[in-house]
Amino acid sequence: MFKWFGKVNYTPYTKVTDFARHLKDGRLMGTRCNSCNNTTFPPRADCEQCMSGDFTFVEMSGKAKLHTFTKIVAAPTGFEDVAPYIVGVVDLAEGGRALAWFGETVNEADIEIGMDLQIVPRIFEELEDIKVYYSLEQPGTTWSQVDTM
Amino acid sequence: MTRVGIVGIGHGVFGRRSDATVQELAFEAFRAAMEDAGLERKEIDASVIGSVPEYHKQRSLAGVVQEYLGLTPKPTWLTEVACASGSAAMRTAWMAIKAGVHETVLVMGCQKMTELSTPEILALMGRVGEVQWESGFGTTFPAYYAMFAKRHMHEFGTTRDQLLDVAVKNHYYGALNPNALFRKEITPEKARASEDVATPFQVYDCCANADGAACVILANEEKARAISQKPVWLDGMACATASMSVLRRPNLVGLPSAEEAAREAYRMAGVGPDDVKVADVHDCFTIAEIMAYEDLGFCKRGEGGPFVTDRQTYVGGKVAVNVDGGLKAKGHPIGATGLSMTYEIAKQLRGEAADRQVPDADIGLTHNVGGIGQYCFVQVMKRD
Repeated sequence: MFKWFGKVNYTPYTKVTDFARHLKDGRLMGTRCNSCNNTTFPPRADCEQCMSGDFTFVEMSGKAKLHTFTKIVAAPTGFEDVAPYIVGVVDLAEGGRALAWFGETVNEADIEIGMDLQIVPRIFEELEDIKVYYSLEQPGTTWSQVDTM
Repeated sequence: MTRVGIVGIGHGVFGRRSDATVQELAFEAFRAAMEDAGLERKEIDASVIGSVPEYHKQRSLAGVVQEYLGLTPKPTWLTEVACASGSAAMRTAWMAIKAGVHETVLVMGCQKMTELSTPEILALMGRVGEVQWESGFGTTFPAYYAMFAKRHMHEFGTTRDQLLDVAVKNHYYGALNPNALFRKEITPEKARASEDVATPFQVYDCCANADGAACVILANEEKARAISQKPVWLDGMACATASMSVLRRPNLVGLPSAEEAAREAYRMAGVGPDDVKVADVHDCFTIAEIMAYEDLGFCKRGEGGPFVTDRQTYVGGKVAVNVDGGLKAKGHPIGATGLSMTYEIAKQLRGEAADRQVPDADIGLTHNVGGIGQYCFVQVMKRD
């Protein structure tokens, strides 16, 4: 299922493949090591602390603060049709970071480092194939809200 | 263990070289380095080729270069760590000599990039970010460094003008370098008027993809003294790494790999940042040079912007940086860049850098970054 993740997917096969299924169902998941309880986002199958390969998915709140961002004008192959687009790196409330696009609920002029954001699971409605991703939205935005915009 | 000396250096012209194959580009630098050293091919014990294979149609590049240079049946191998591939070749050759396996080793950095289109190169380079969690959002190489720039500006008040002062300086010196792709000075106004790439970067914040080659011949101390009147010594040769993903970095205002490699290279050479007279650093983007000043200890963290604006990195300043034009003006044929840096610092320490010569240059440094700081190589070089 991981082939669902991303507009272009470079890693269809992974031990954390269920991440994409959860995302399709509206849940943003990290991983927790069953041996030492270390929690990680982005997910990883093998614990970076204790090296255990036994993990569980845990739902993240998606609450985040903007660490940095850029508006990409010169786009790579596969992304020309959506350029320009703004990507941000956010610090998650539970620890870890994510990189994602800004969604429609945030005005470009209002973007500033340190602002509070919500990571929201998304489906590319305009594509025929199932393609999922997550976007950076105003705090309080839910999955159903962005889907009906 | 033996010291390792540089006994020969050669540099081809960087640019859009639709006139030559990659092995023909390599030969230009090879011929110049062999003539500089006064060596015959039979005196070369092995070669190491630094290049990034994805750009070439030829598979397993070391073989075709070795054949074209006429170095078969001597051993060869390829090193790859993105934009630092040439420095990895330097380090493995240095290790072979230190270990006593080989006495004289030829190090070649060569790359042909311009056969791919710019969007293809953007896609390829963007994938030096972590492809599972980042590249699916269309990240590009400029975009990653742009996010470092935004954060640096946020934390330290670094300005747009300070970033562009790096470009202005490097184009000023590039105009004096016959091997550079761009040999024209630019004004801040011209840089500011260029097209957006990834905010805050415009075209003049970014180095250009290029084709080219540079070559260095290394030897152990005994051989080096026999071959060369003025060997340049590789006394510090360090490498360090940082996470592939920017999501796992401690901060986005510097490169921990560069800090670590610098610390180790200074320790090996028994010098400190204040001893360095001339340096070539990895200015793939304007912010990268500012972070390099800070990571290398030329100035304090956060002071890199004022450091360039106060002309501390011009000839006559505290430490002359990228007075060959840097990646910014020379162009960045990624496999060749580390060798090009080594070439320039050797020229400077030999006193042969003509109108860009740094007076009394006795200790020099190269700082070559692979990817977005996943790898960093720092060399400290000395003359007798």
